[in-house]
Amino acid sequence: MIISVASGKGGTGKTTVATNFAVALADIYKTALLDCDVEEPNAHLFLNIDKRQYNLNEKVFLPVPQIDDKKCVHCGKCLEVCAYHALADIGKKILVFEELCHGCGGCSLLCPEGAIIEKNKQIGDIKGCNVKGLDFVFGTLSIGSVMAPPVIKKVKNHIKQDRLTIIDCPPGTSCPMINAVMKSDFCMLVTEPTPFGLNDLKLAVEVVRELEIPCGVIINRSQDGDHIIEKYLASEGIPILMKIPLDRRYAASYANGKLLIEDYPDFKAKFIETLKNIEKWVKA
Amino acid sequence: MKIAITADGKDLNSMLDERFGRCKYFIFADSETMEFKALDNTYSDSAHGVGVEVAQFVIDQGVDTLITGNLGPNAAKVLSESGITIYNAGSMTVNQAIDLYKQGKLTKMSGPTTNPHK
Repeated sequence: MIISVASGKGGTGKTTVATNFAVALADIYKTALLDCDVEEPNAHLFLNIDKRQYNLNEKVFLPVPQIDDKKCVHCGKCLEVCAYHALADIGKKILVFEELCHGCGGCSLLCPEGAIIEKNKQIGDIKGCNVKGLDFVFGTLSIGSVMAPPVIKKVKNHIKQDRLTIIDCPPGTSCPMINAVMKSDFCMLVTEPTPFGLNDLKLAVEVVRELEIPCGVIINRSQDGDHIIEKYLASEGIPILMKIPLDRRYAASYANGKLLIEDYPDFKAKFIETLKNIEKWVKA
Repeated sequence: MKIAITADGKDLNSMLDERFGRCKYFIFADSETMEFKALDNTYSDSAHGVGVEVAQFVIDQGVDTLITGNLGPNAAKVLSESGITIYNAGSMTVNQAIDLYKQGKLTKMSGPTTNPHK
């Protein structure tokens, strides 16, 4: 089973939930945690990993076109097919804007003169290891690169059928978030009881419904204002999976890069119970 | 000289549109005869790579000169590498911009005036 942890709003506690959930479940199941928040991966910070532990080291490349000006007859086919306007024909040569290229390969496929070859441009890397009893993999988008989805897809290539897989997703509701959430069996949406949390939760719910993925909500920093979230969830028929109370001690634990379930073991049972509930909904 | 000017309207009394890729119209004028035609910028709602796309459109019209307000790095690269001379003009009508150009009073743009927004 694949469970994605997403939110809409940033800073609601996706990584807190994903890391604690994964480590809590690793005791019972073969579990994998994939950090797909490739623009700012930080799940590894909660797992106490020594850099030397990484036994998975991959580079992520995007195939970008390289034009052979001697072969090019300026027929315009490559410009026509490029949906991202990464190519311009200035008469004497074709200019390539690599940062606009999405690496679809259409231009080289359609060039009748065979004037386009693809070269690999590094846009990110993947690291992974076994830590705290779970398979951990995370991707990092290279500085200056804007193409998060190919890096996310590469992280998700490490999903194994026999593992319970938890995916820490990027915030927002655009391509990176959608790529991270896609094909999961269930999506845990983490929110906070504020108007901002509610607003962005609604957006995220719209996305997961469009993707036909069942979802439930974790209210983080839960306090008196929960009713605004509860009212919305009741009207939409979305279950509350769990609440993490607003508590200075939990914030301190987070700020020290520690896991809640290690400092406050009661949480472990709550996360395990949450998984049991999710399993019921997914199977139903 | 065949000049392209980014414009807010479709005649020579229109204001110059200081945006390049997302300008409303392009006025293509002959600076000697003052004959001109106005074309809609059909790319202004493009989601991706509008600078490159619009620069290609301007090149394909066979102009020597472009007068506009701001230019992003990708558009600047396409235009300058294709040998088009680019002049900067601010808040004025298209007519005024052409006059200043003829008098040699417009400043040449040597590079992009805005940062990339990727």
